Amino acid sequence: MSFRRQTRRGILKTGIAAGAGLALPTIFTARSASAFTNEPTGSSVTLGFNVPQSGPYADEGADELRAFELAVEHLNGEGDGGMMNTFSSKELTGEGILGKRVEYVTGDTQTKSDAARASARSMIEKDGAVMISGGSSSGVAVAVQGLCQEAGVIFMAGLTHSNDTTGKDRKANGFRHFFNAYQSGAALGPVLETLYGTDRKAYHLTADYTWGWTTQESMQAVTEDLGWETVNNVLTPLAATDFSSYITPILQSGADVLFLNHYGGNMVNSLTNAVQFGLKDAMAQTGKQFEIVVPLYSELMARGAGENIRGIPGSQNWDWKLENQLGERYRGTNVFTQSFGEKYGFPPSQAAHTCYVQTLLYADAVQRAGSFNPCAVVEALEDFEFDGLGNGPTLYRGADHQCLKDVVVTRGKENPDNEFDLVEIVEATPVEQVTYPPDHPMFAGGALGECNEGA
Amino acid sequence: MLGLDRKDTGLLAVVAILALFAPFILNPFPQGSELAQFNAGYPDLMQRFVIFGIFAIGFNLLFGLTGYLSFGHAAFLGVGSYAAVWMFKLLSMNVIPAILLSIAVAGLFSVVIGYISLRRSGIYFSILTLAFAQMSFNLAYSVLTPITNGETGLQLSLDDPRVLDGGGVATSLPLTNFFGIEMRATETLNLGPWAFQFNAGYYLCAILLLVTFYISIRIFRSPFGLMLRAVKSNQQRLSYTGLSTRPYTLAVFVISGMYAGLAGGLLASMDPLAGAERMQWTASGEVVIMTILGGAGTLIGPVLGAGVIKYFENIFSKINEGVLHGWFGALPDGLENAIVWVLARFTGEGWHLTLGLLFMAIIIFLPGGLVEGGRRSRALFRRRGRRGGAAEEDAAKQRAARPAE
Repeated sequence: MSFRRQTRRGILKTGIAAGAGLALPTIFTARSASAFTNEPTGSSVTLGFNVPQSGPYADEGADELRAFELAVEHLNGEGDGGMMNTFSSKELTGEGILGKRVEYVTGDTQTKSDAARASARSMIEKDGAVMISGGSSSGVAVAVQGLCQEAGVIFMAGLTHSNDTTGKDRKANGFRHFFNAYQSGAALGPVLETLYGTDRKAYHLTADYTWGWTTQESMQAVTEDLGWETVNNVLTPLAATDFSSYITPILQSGADVLFLNHYGGNMVNSLTNAVQFGLKDAMAQTGKQFEIVVPLYSELMARGAGENIRGIPGSQNWDWKLENQLGERYRGTNVFTQSFGEKYGFPPSQAAHTCYVQTLLYADAVQRAGSFNPCAVVEALEDFEFDGLGNGPTLYRGADHQCLKDVVVTRGKENPDNEFDLVEIVEATPVEQVTYPPDHPMFAGGALGECNEGA
Repeated sequence: MLGLDRKDTGLLAVVAILALFAPFILNPFPQGSELAQFNAGYPDLMQRFVIFGIFAIGFNLLFGLTGYLSFGHAAFLGVGSYAAVWMFKLLSMNVIPAILLSIAVAGLFSVVIGYISLRRSGIYFSILTLAFAQMSFNLAYSVLTPITNGETGLQLSLDDPRVLDGGGVATSLPLTNFFGIEMRATETLNLGPWAFQFNAGYYLCAILLLVTFYISIRIFRSPFGLMLRAVKSNQQRLSYTGLSTRPYTLAVFVISGMYAGLAGGLLASMDPLAGAERMQWTASGEVVIMTILGGAGTLIGPVLGAGVIKYFENIFSKINEGVLHGWFGALPDGLENAIVWVLARFTGEGWHLTLGLLFMAIIIFLPGGLVEGGRRSRALFRRRGRRGGAAEEDAAKQRAARPAE
C-alpha cells in the first residue's frame, strides 16, 4: 500500500475544488433575496427613460429627455425644486426617493415598437431600471407598456394620446398622465361648432397606427354629432415625409374641412404641404372657406410649421402660458416653466411637462407606499387625487389608470410676438366635460389584469 | 464525430463552449465599475447574438456558397415572427408549435419568392428579392393590418383564445415557455462583484444555434454543397455540361429562408411581439453586412459578424455625451468639450458612423472578413514561433498521429 505523492498541482486543484464547493450554496442567493424585479439594494435607484431620439418624433423625444433630467435633478435636491414646491403631496423632500439617490439611463426608441422594446429590455435586464418612462408614439407606448407588465416594472407613459393606451391595451403596471383622443374630441367639439358651424364636410388624413386610428375615430364621432359629414379617411404611413400625393385629391372631394390626424414631424410636413397647395386660402366646392384642424397640437410642432399654423385649432394637454392667462387653478405651471427655462433657455413643451410630472408622480407614489414594489406603487397611484402640477385638480382613475383633468383648446396665433409664442389658448375645457366611463365603447375590450411584481 | 472530420468537430466544440459560457465570457467587468457598461452578458443581448447568428448562418448558406446576394432576407424573418406570434395567440404559449410554424411558413414563402427571383442571377436577383421584401414590408405595414396590426406591431392580449392552454381569459399576460420553463426565467449567479445571468430562453436559442451550425457544416461538406460552390464559380459552365442548377439554388434558397424563419420565430418566442420594421430593407441589409463583416463563405464568420453588429448596436450606441463627459471629466474644460464633441459623433447615435468605418476598413484590408483577420494573425504568430517551437510542433504531430486509445 502506498500513498500517492502530493504534487503542487494536485494541492492547488483540491484547494480550488474545495473552495468552489464551499462557495456553491451562497451563489444563488440574489434571486431569493429580492422580492420583486430590480429591487434597489444599494444607495441609489435607477430609472429608465426611453425616448425617440430619431424618427418623426425626435423633437418631442429630445424635450422629454430634458424634462427627465430636470426631474431627476429636483428629486435629488439640486436646482430650485420646480413643481415639488407646488405639488399637493408633500412627501418628496429632495433627498432622492426613499433616501436613495436617483440615477437614470436613457435609450432610443427610434419610434419603432421593436427597437423600443429592445431598449427597454436592456434597461431592465442590464441597468436594473425599476421604472420605465417615455414614449412619444402610442404604438411604442403600448408595446413598452406590455413589456413592463410582463417584466414586472412600472411604466409611466410619456406622450401617448391614443385611446388604446388606457383602453384596449391598458395594463395594471402602466399609468398615463397625458390626455387622450376621446378627450381631445370632447373638448374640440364645441369649439369647432362655434368656429365653423354645423354644416361641414370633413376629410381626414390619418397616421396609420393606433394613435391615428383612435384620434380619427374620436374626431369623426364628435363632428358627426355636430351634424358634419365625413367625406373620406385616408391612412398615411408613419414614416412618410412627403404628403403632396395625399393632399391633391382633397379639394376635388367636396370636403371643406381637413383633419390632420398627424403628430410631430408628420404633422409639420403634412401641414406645410397643405399650405403649399393653397388649401388654407381656398374656397371649397361647398362655397365655404376651407379650414384645417389639427386635433393634437404642440408648441414644438408649431415651431416646426412656422407661420403655416396660424389660426388652426387643436387641443393640448398643457401649455406654459396656462397659469398666466387662466389663473391660479393651473399653479405649478409657472415654477416649472421657470426652472426649465433657466436650465435650457426656452419654455417647455407639453411632452416635457407630462414626462416631468410622471417622474414626480412615480417618486411620490413610492414615497407614500414606502416601497419600490410595483404592486405597492400601483396601489398608491390608483384613485390618487392631486393638484399643483400645472393641470389643476387631477384624478388618477384606478379603473383604467388614466388621469382625468382639464383639456386645453388652442389655436395658432395670427400675429406671434416671438418664436416660442406661436399658440394662443382658446379655453380650458373643464374636466367634467371630458370625463367618460372607463368602459366607454372607444375604450372597451381591454382589462388591466393584475399587477405584476416580477421575480 | 457526428460525421464531421477533426477540424470541424473542433470548430463545433469551440462554438458550443462559447455559447455555453457566454454569460461568463460576455460579462468580464464587475457590476458597478466604470467598465460595466461594456458588459454584454444580459439575456436580451445574448439572445440577439445567437438569434442573429442563426439568421446570418442561413444567409451565408445562400450567399457564401452560391454567391446569390439576397437583399430581401428580412422578409422571411418577419414572416416567421408573425407566424410565431399568431401561434401564441391562437394555439399555445409553448414555443415549440410557434417555432415549427415559423419555419414552415418562411419555407413556403421562400419557395414562392425563390421560384420567381431565381430566374435571374447577379444584380437582377438582388433587386428582385429587395422588391419582394419591400412589398412584404409595405403590405404588413398597411394593407394587411388586420393580420399584422400595422405600425403598432402584433402583440398578445388577455382575451386571445390559446386553445391548447385551456382557454379562458387570463388575468395577466401569459409568458412564452418551453413545456413550463419560462423563456424569461433568469437565474443570477453572484460571484463577488460579478453578476452572471443565466436565462432559459438564451439557452434554448443557443442549443438551436448549435443544431443549425451543425447542419450548416454538413451542408458545406456535402456533395450538395459542392454543387452550390460550382454554381458560384461558374454557373454557365455548369449549365453547358447539361446540369440544371435551378433545383440546387432553389433548395438552398428555401433552406436559407427557413433559417431566417427560425430566427424570426425565436425572436418572437423571446419577446412576443412582431413589428413590420423587422422586414424593412435596412434589416435585410444588416444581415448582408453581418455576413461580409464576419467572412462570407466561412462557417463561423457570420456568427462573429452578427455578434459584432449587435454589440455595436446595443452597447456602443449607449455611450452618449453624458458618459463621455464622465470619462474625460479630469481634463481642462475646453479640451474636454472638444474631445467629447468629436467622440460623440462616433458613439451614441453616431454608432452607425463607426460601424461604417469599420466595415470599410474590413472590406479594404481584410476582404475575407474577421475570419481572415484571425487567420492572418495566427499565421503571423506561427511564422515567428516556427524557429523556437519547431521541436514542440513535431512532438505534437507525433502525438496526434498516435491512434486513439
